[in-house]
Amino acid sequence: MPAVFFYLFAAVTLLFGVMVIVSKNPVTSALSLAVSFVGLAALFLGLDAYFIGTVQVLVYAGAVMVLFLFIIMLLDIKAETGKTPNYAAVFAAIVVGVLLVLQVATIVSTFEKGKLTTLEVPLRPKEALAAMGKNALPGIQRDLEAGILPDTKLMGLQLYHHYGFHLQIIGLLLLVSTVGVVVLSKRENRTEGGAK
Amino acid sequence: MITLNHYLIVSSALFALGLAGIIVRRNILVIYMCLEMMLSAANLALVAFSRFRVTDGLPDYSAQALVFFTITVAAAEVAVGLAIIVALYRSKQSVDVESVTKMQG
Repeated sequence: MPAVFFYLFAAVTLLFGVMVIVSKNPVTSALSLAVSFVGLAALFLGLDAYFIGTVQVLVYAGAVMVLFLFIIMLLDIKAETGKTPNYAAVFAAIVVGVLLVLQVATIVSTFEKGKLTTLEVPLRPKEALAAMGKNALPGIQRDLEAGILPDTKLMGLQLYHHYGFHLQIIGLLLLVSTVGVVVLSKRENRTEGGAK
Repeated sequence: MITLNHYLIVSSALFALGLAGIIVRRNILVIYMCLEMMLSAANLALVAFSRFRVTDGLPDYSAQALVFFTITVAAAEVAVGLAIIVALYRSKQSVDVESVTKMQG
């Protein structure tokens, strides 16, 4: 990814991240977070993670943010007015945030492997094809021969061949959370039966 | 040129923003949004490491599988969290965390 795009999308991600925190209206916060996630998805695409970038837009910017907006509008939450921010908390937040970034910056400044650019670690589809040998699946083989990265196919291979059990656990987790949400949001019936 | 360190700095900045938001804000919905931001920041670090650890000419897809699972868990967490917020709003008529002080010592 050209450097200018990296800076553009990183700026979009971080600036709209700031907007989430400073805006008084929760709807503005939610929409800013959606834009921030789209910027993050663009960064993922720049890292050749096309599947993850797409899923980020679909799940986060799509489903999760719609859920947030739906709840905000369902509960009819108004913008906070006339409230002074807790200045001790603001001070603490700035100190903690700056310290965290400084800490990571210090570690990163001595991290030699982190000084590589993507051009120095290029993706080599031909080399990958040679390493896979005859075991490569036909679809993956075709793409690698053409010199393109079959990102989604490799992701599917990884998920279903190496993390099949984990995938089933995640499916169970989603089922449990769905049932949990239904139980949590069920209105307690007070008119008949009394206390449960 | 853009190095791995650039991505790690952006990731840590996004994480710090989320953490600052959780400390500052009193609206529990915005706190949840900041939690999501922190999870995404961790995802960015993982995807960056995946791209820069090239083995046999391909990025490390184990990291991306972990990102996939993280996104799924985050979606499940948001669903349950928002149901809790709705239940909280029903009993307190407010989404301010300062209205929930019953367990304060």
